[in-house]
Amino acid sequence: MDFSTLQDFYTYTKGIAYILIVLTLIGMTGFWLYLTDQDNDEEK
Amino acid sequence: MFKLSDVLNRSLLTPFNIIAGIILFIGLIITALRFTGGLAAVTNLSDYNPWGLWIGFDLLCGVALAAGGYVTSAAVYIFGMKKYHSAVRPAILTGFLGYALVVLALNYDVGRPWRLPYPFVVQAGTTSVLFEVGACVLLYLVVLFIEFTPAASEWLGLKRARNLVVRLTMLLTILGVILSTLHQSSLGALFLIAPSKLHPLWYSQYIPVFFFISSIIAGLSMVIFEGSLTHRYFAAKMDETHLREKEDVVFGFGKAASFVLAAYFAVKVFGIAMDDNWRYLSTSYGAWFLVELIGFVALPCLLYAAGVREKNIRLIKWTAAWAVLGIVVNRFNVCLVAFNWHLPSSERYFPSWMEIGLSVFIVTVGVVAFKFIVTYMPILYEHPGYKTPHP
Amino acid sequence: MSLSRRGFLAWMGAAGITALGSQAGATPRHFKGYPQSLCVLHDITLCIGCRSCETGCNKVNELPPPAVPFSDLSVLDKKRRTTAKTYTVVNKYLDSGQEKKPIFFKTQCNHCLEPACASACFVRAFTKTKEGSVTYDASVCVGCRYCMIACPFEIPTYEYDEPLTPRIMKCTFCHPRVTKGLLPGCVEACPTEALSFGKREDMLKLARERINKYPGRYVDHIYGEHEMGGTNWLYLSGVPFRNLGMREDLGTTPAPELTSGALATVPMVAALWPVLLTGIYALSKRKEKLLSGDKQNALAQALAEANAKSQAALTAAMEKAKREKEEAVQKAVKTALEQSAKKTQEQ
Repeated sequence: MDFSTLQDFYTYTKGIAYILIVLTLIGMTGFWLYLTDQDNDEEK
Repeated sequence: MFKLSDVLNRSLLTPFNIIAGIILFIGLIITALRFTGGLAAVTNLSDYNPWGLWIGFDLLCGVALAAGGYVTSAAVYIFGMKKYHSAVRPAILTGFLGYALVVLALNYDVGRPWRLPYPFVVQAGTTSVLFEVGACVLLYLVVLFIEFTPAASEWLGLKRARNLVVRLTMLLTILGVILSTLHQSSLGALFLIAPSKLHPLWYSQYIPVFFFISSIIAGLSMVIFEGSLTHRYFAAKMDETHLREKEDVVFGFGKAASFVLAAYFAVKVFGIAMDDNWRYLSTSYGAWFLVELIGFVALPCLLYAAGVREKNIRLIKWTAAWAVLGIVVNRFNVCLVAFNWHLPSSERYFPSWMEIGLSVFIVTVGVVAFKFIVTYMPILYEHPGYKTPHP
Repeated sequence: MSLSRRGFLAWMGAAGITALGSQAGATPRHFKGYPQSLCVLHDITLCIGCRSCETGCNKVNELPPPAVPFSDLSVLDKKRRTTAKTYTVVNKYLDSGQEKKPIFFKTQCNHCLEPACASACFVRAFTKTKEGSVTYDASVCVGCRYCMIACPFEIPTYEYDEPLTPRIMKCTFCHPRVTKGLLPGCVEACPTEALSFGKREDMLKLARERINKYPGRYVDHIYGEHEMGGTNWLYLSGVPFRNLGMREDLGTTPAPELTSGALATVPMVAALWPVLLTGIYALSKRKEKLLSGDKQNALAQALAEANAKSQAALTAAMEKAKREKEEAVQKAVKTALEQSAKKTQEQ
């Protein structure tokens, strides 16, 4: 993509970053639950 | 003859209620003036000074002083310091009320408060630090509200709701620390965009670090300070666990605050060194900077240390109040004193009586809400139906 | 000492993250701005302080009539700034040199190449257009006034006396006119050549030509060429710009780069804090388990020791009792035998 100004570039990249942040937080939560589920099973 | 009105009049006309009532009444008048005459009718804001007391105190100080929520829940649930457990609910309540009042204050300060959701639903200014502050404050307010609901649920007998939220404690606590790290530091980062307007002793690439670390100090100190006030006025509501753990909280948090203050001192000195701003220390602004650094950072650090070593609860409590004042001094310095330092004094800002009045009004609303909740809901005591086993 | 560990970790994390962030802020890309964007060159040495530009601006933008008419030049005796009713102002500067000739110059939004207001606005109310104008959209503005904090030239103003519909007010570079090929209101009204209008590259060339042609007349600097990353209003002056109140200490860093370092740490915190905090939680849980495990072990050991001790005491007591019994039996037998022997002897 062609950006004429730094402002336009940052608007685009940071917009994507915010969306990825939300996905990361949700994903990390789910992944952690997946990991610790095994631990609970192993303990049993 | 028994008259309901007599009973009501007698129990409602306490000195606290009268004073609070007057303040609330004045607040309502200021509200009316603000929304009929604009900010010009109520504030001393100008084109040179777009941000004044409401941003400097209600937003910057309000968010910093509500940091006890994430600090306390992190200490108990992430660091596993269970002996501070009784301090969690009061801290979460203070945090929740604090952030709710920040949003209330913003509704007065911004030009079109009904448009506050716009950055999230209409057009996102993702390059703006304020966008990030807004998003994190909004999300964190939701987190705090959820963390507060168990107390309300217990009061209302909503057992399932309460148990569901309690299971979410770890997730909410971690999310709370993430969001707090982000927005506490970003409130400082707001000023990074104006290097030409902020005095060099306060402008630094490290402002975000300064604000984040000092928010931890603010949280720890507020828990001690507010705990001492709560114990004075609501001791009757505190159960045995609270009373027993009280001293541990004062000593433990005092020790932590001392150490973090020491780190904060070092970090501030690094800030000067990295930009080679030593020469500004010998100016009048430099003198005021040293008052802040020595009097409100180094001094409480040493006093906390002395209080902890000598097991002097009273000293720690007074130091906590002083440390809280120090945070207020710092936020005021960044936003109002060091900002626009280059302008002639005729263009400098000082809040109007109505700006001060509205800030007092907002704090009063918080105190009244706190009093009500602490009186009727299991904040300072454990609800008999949900008692947890104690070692 | 876990609390001190927390403080240390938090600071280390924060400092480390900040360091990471500030490195990320220095982008190797180069943004040249919109080609062919339009620009005004303000030659301060040619300004006569007639305020025609103010009149033209007021008319073209349909701003409210001024308290003091534009023909009144006495207002120039006081330093003025832009207001919610004036997008541009002319100021007077008295040169303390030999000639004592007054110097006049015009101030308005400089339409930066990388506007601080656009970077700061959290609803994207400001847009840097390809024509060069930085335009403001009042239909999304929330009225937070962060743009006013951000602008290094202190240009945006606010309608503080509007209770419900306050707007930010600033020069629009006559964007609607300029897109139609017309001149901005001020440029059209200016009777001298103090305001020249054209493409930015051409205005830069023009400015350099003038400096080269009349080196004694101009300070050798085109204000706005690099300040804050460059602006679409350029200035030439015969006296140092700081004498006119135009700041020379703004630097050349474009505004977006001032906050990009801090913003760059946001994704790092969001991604790494969960791992860090969960790790601390796991450590504290393990420590607690070990501690309670140790406690249990100690308890069990003490119990076992006590058991063994009481067992031994019991065994010893039993042995003693057995022995005593045997002794007693033996004694009784001995006594009985002695008695029977005595009896036998008597008979």
